[in-house]
Amino acid sequence: MTKNVPETPASQAELKELAARALAVRKGCLESIASLGVGHIGGSMSVVEALVALYFRHMRLDPADAKAADRDLFVLSKGHAGPALYATLAQKGYLDRGLLPTLNKGGTRLPSHADRRLTPGVDMSTGSLGQGFSAASGMALGLKMDGPRPDGTMRRCWAIIGDGESDEGQVWEAAAFAAHYKLDNFIAFTDFNKYQIDGSTDEVMRLHDLVAKWEAFGWAALRVDGHDLAALDAAILKARGLKGKPVMIVLDTVKAKGIPAFEGKAESHNAPFGAAELAATLAALDAAAEKEAQHGR
Amino acid sequence: MADREMRAAYAQALVALAADDRRICVVEADLAKATGTGPFAKAYPDRFFNVGVAEANLVGVASGLAAVGKKPFAATFGCFASRRAYDQFFLSANYAGLSVTLVGTDPGVTAAFNGGTHMPLEDLALMRAVPGLTIVEPADPTAVEAAVREAAASDGCTYIRLQRKPAPDIYPAGEAFKAGKAKVLAEGGDVLLVALGALMVGEARKAALLLKAEGIEATVLDLYSLAPIDREAVLKYARLTGRVVSCENHRVTGGVGSAVAEILAEEGAPAKLRRIGAGADEFGEVGTQDWLAERFKLTAPHIAAAAKSMM
Repeated sequence: MTKNVPETPASQAELKELAARALAVRKGCLESIASLGVGHIGGSMSVVEALVALYFRHMRLDPADAKAADRDLFVLSKGHAGPALYATLAQKGYLDRGLLPTLNKGGTRLPSHADRRLTPGVDMSTGSLGQGFSAASGMALGLKMDGPRPDGTMRRCWAIIGDGESDEGQVWEAAAFAAHYKLDNFIAFTDFNKYQIDGSTDEVMRLHDLVAKWEAFGWAALRVDGHDLAALDAAILKARGLKGKPVMIVLDTVKAKGIPAFEGKAESHNAPFGAAELAATLAALDAAAEKEAQHGR
Repeated sequence: MADREMRAAYAQALVALAADDRRICVVEADLAKATGTGPFAKAYPDRFFNVGVAEANLVGVASGLAAVGKKPFAATFGCFASRRAYDQFFLSANYAGLSVTLVGTDPGVTAAFNGGTHMPLEDLALMRAVPGLTIVEPADPTAVEAAVREAAASDGCTYIRLQRKPAPDIYPAGEAFKAGKAKVLAEGGDVLLVALGALMVGEARKAALLLKAEGIEATVLDLYSLAPIDREAVLKYARLTGRVVSCENHRVTGGVGSAVAEILAEEGAPAKLRRIGAGADEFGEVGTQDWLAERFKLTAPHIAAAAKSMM
């Protein structure tokens, strides 16, 4: 059985705890990638705060029972951010932290792209972009068919798509579908980190006004700083309260957030990242956290 | 009794199953009128969903429904089910280990007036490349009903290749079918005619009669499922007769003929093989079904001629 989730904004103490979780997830994710020496660092780092806000505050889950019948569901449609998800699942207690260094090694339960058959806590296999979001809309529909939990709350399906992923036609097929069927138990995020593999989203395929696009498709749409945990918490809380339509939260994020050598660079999508890069990044992350803590005082 | 519509059998089987199984649901992509699932929509409106003209999302939504424990039956023309939504069916449904039934209607020349753009002559080849997928093409309305029941009971994915139009009854009501188990419709020692689907099983049976008139005894196998394929039955009659004609409403590459050739070669069976089907380098065309069946040499006289060419 899952427990209900908070209905009020996170307190300063709770935000501090979330920030500590985000730091731990970032480190765990980068350690796993560094153990291999290469990986999807950019798009993993940009979704860390969103994952932490979901897994440590807004999703109804029971880590002791990954398949709890009353749980919320999560689909990482940008499946290549798997390493960030695994680090989050390890923090939450779904996985032994010791598994993280097995990332992408033969026989691992932690493949590059999220896989429901291999990893406890993963609800859908993703990686071919656009498909996870489409499946997530079907999952939200299925949850609606089953009706509310005994306590009257509706099970939700949550999803994260990428900005590059938003080039895929299937995203917009699913967008129309979810709005048509009024799936207000479907809350999704766009990780708008402004870069895709071949360059910036403006260079490769301009996205125009994402909020306006989602609204035009019949969704409620919000836009928020995807690394500001307080703002993120408030946006998700607002989204949970909206009725009658699905909600898209566009996250303004920085690709490779937290890795000074790669921040905001297209090259960070899938890049070499070994022991030296890890050591430099961990030091930078600790320094930034220390500065933040002093600023907070 | 007039021949029953295959699509009516499909819809009736779903309605019957859904009465006892709350998990059964139907997903359409603006072709519900063609698929004929109106009776299901009427009986179970809360389990019937139309995604519009969006086949990728059709399969995505069906996969999502399966991920939360539903038993979705998604249908569209076979050309779209295979060529257009292949990656979705491959990954979101099959790779993900979910149980989704995808129905591809209007196989091969039954696409008729919709023409070459809509004529799936490669769907079997594509689907046969998906690991673990069950591929069924029923030969009569009773077999359609069985295919629906089997797919609903399966833990994996199923591709049902469904001719919508009426087809004569071959099997008695309630006949049991099992994927991987062919039906022997006639037994003869001179040649094996191995066929899949209503059109080709019908033509193979007619060909057997043509051959019989000339003193040639044919075995007729209705494969029912292409994957798994009944290796044992194919081998048994290939060895008995030494001559095999594969009959498919499909291109000769990648489907029945290829599957049979693999079995014969792997087992070293001493049998010649002729493949009936659209040519390897031919696209579909527009026309009546009868004209197209003749155009691609799918009819009984061509099957009989292929058999005799090996005598």
